[in-house]
Amino acid sequence: MGDTPPPGYLDAASTEPLHPAARDALEAAYRAGWADPARLYGAGRRARLLLDTARESVAAQLGCRPDEVAFPASGTQAAHLAVAGLAEGRRRTGRHAVTSAVEHSAVLHALRRRPGDDAATTEVGVDARGRVDPDAFAGALRPDTALACLQGANHEVGTVQPVAEVAERCAAAGVPLIVDAAQSVGRGPVPPGWAALVASAHKWGGPPGVGVLAVRGGVRWRNPGPDDERGYGRVPGFENVPGVVAAAAALEAVVAAAAAEEVRLAGLADRLRAGVATVPDVVLLGHPEHRLGHLVAFSCLYVDGEALLLELDRAGFAVSSGSSCTASALEPSHVLVAMGALTQGNVRVSLPRGVDPADVDRFLAVLPEAVRAVREQLGASGL
Amino acid sequence: MTADLVVDATGQRCPLPIIELARRIGEVPVGGVVHLLADDPAAGPDVAAWCRMRGHELLEVHGGGYLVRRSA
Repeated sequence: MGDTPPPGYLDAASTEPLHPAARDALEAAYRAGWADPARLYGAGRRARLLLDTARESVAAQLGCRPDEVAFPASGTQAAHLAVAGLAEGRRRTGRHAVTSAVEHSAVLHALRRRPGDDAATTEVGVDARGRVDPDAFAGALRPDTALACLQGANHEVGTVQPVAEVAERCAAAGVPLIVDAAQSVGRGPVPPGWAALVASAHKWGGPPGVGVLAVRGGVRWRNPGPDDERGYGRVPGFENVPGVVAAAAALEAVVAAAAAEEVRLAGLADRLRAGVATVPDVVLLGHPEHRLGHLVAFSCLYVDGEALLLELDRAGFAVSSGSSCTASALEPSHVLVAMGALTQGNVRVSLPRGVDPADVDRFLAVLPEAVRAVREQLGASGL
Repeated sequence: MTADLVVDATGQRCPLPIIELARRIGEVPVGGVVHLLADDPAAGPDVAAWCRMRGHELLEVHGGGYLVRRSA
């Protein structure tokens, strides 16, 4: 697989270091694919060919047609475009939307920004493990529901959602479903049935600056912004050809290795989970079976999350805490609140591909002391 | 319901209100009720989670206040 990630880097759910295959492809594409892919001269045609080949490759991994795939600048922008475009395209049907209460803030913010006072959103609750109930989700669909959104897997606790079941119910109701697959693409097959799919290349070892917006043919998506002939009419502006080429190369590489690597990561995550569970007053979060194999989330009673992250950083570990990407750090994570989980002292450990098993053991060796130290600082020892 | 003890953690950021509650619940007898005042938005889920973890009973929640019965 080439390089291993930097020691102590356990925050794959935020981003992964650039995959060696992406690095090589990026360099080659900057040499060969720098020209304007919309131009008809040789250099332009070469750029176009590289872009089209990369697009075909990504489409094949997602199980859709190449002309259904476009590349915005990030997963967040992809989510914004997916929501705004479907809201626009389905205006005549209505303005109601259905989503889960644990979506990424990019999706929730996009839903809130839809025009119209009647652009209401039903946020379907989840169980204590963070999973949405397909029946409850289906029950929230209405005749005026323009669109629905569901994540493939939760970004904070790793719970895998019943996407196929929900997609089936949405299809039966004639409601297009956006699947936010940012945490799951490249780790296993993408469940079928989505109308639009959102992903982000830097999470699978591609470069930053490349999101994925796939919209199935026949779905009433309409460009919410000014007309632009680039980006297949979905994403405005000059295409990031080298970035897209590198993203496709990384995706091919991680998918080829996924069968073995995801099993290895899941084994390491199980070891992590078992070790974390022995720390006093620490609760594991997420679903015991339906979960991302490489992600472990937990909350520690009587612990300030930020202080714990600093302790772990001092010990050489890069991990993250709940409330990822929300505007206000003062608000508890909406994901943990929706689950009714303990929000304090929250930590998300997500193993990057190629992680050294010794990192997991070292993390388990320092965690109890880090937790103890923070509790002592807060005067909470022995409570 | 009247409380046996009021713990005012208004203005404190989580996890401090929960720590304060844990520190002082021993001041009421088993079966006694503590009224925690806390306006941190994380207090809601965290008081409930703490009660589950420690086996206490969360009797009532009202804007910024939590009535907890000591069960053990």
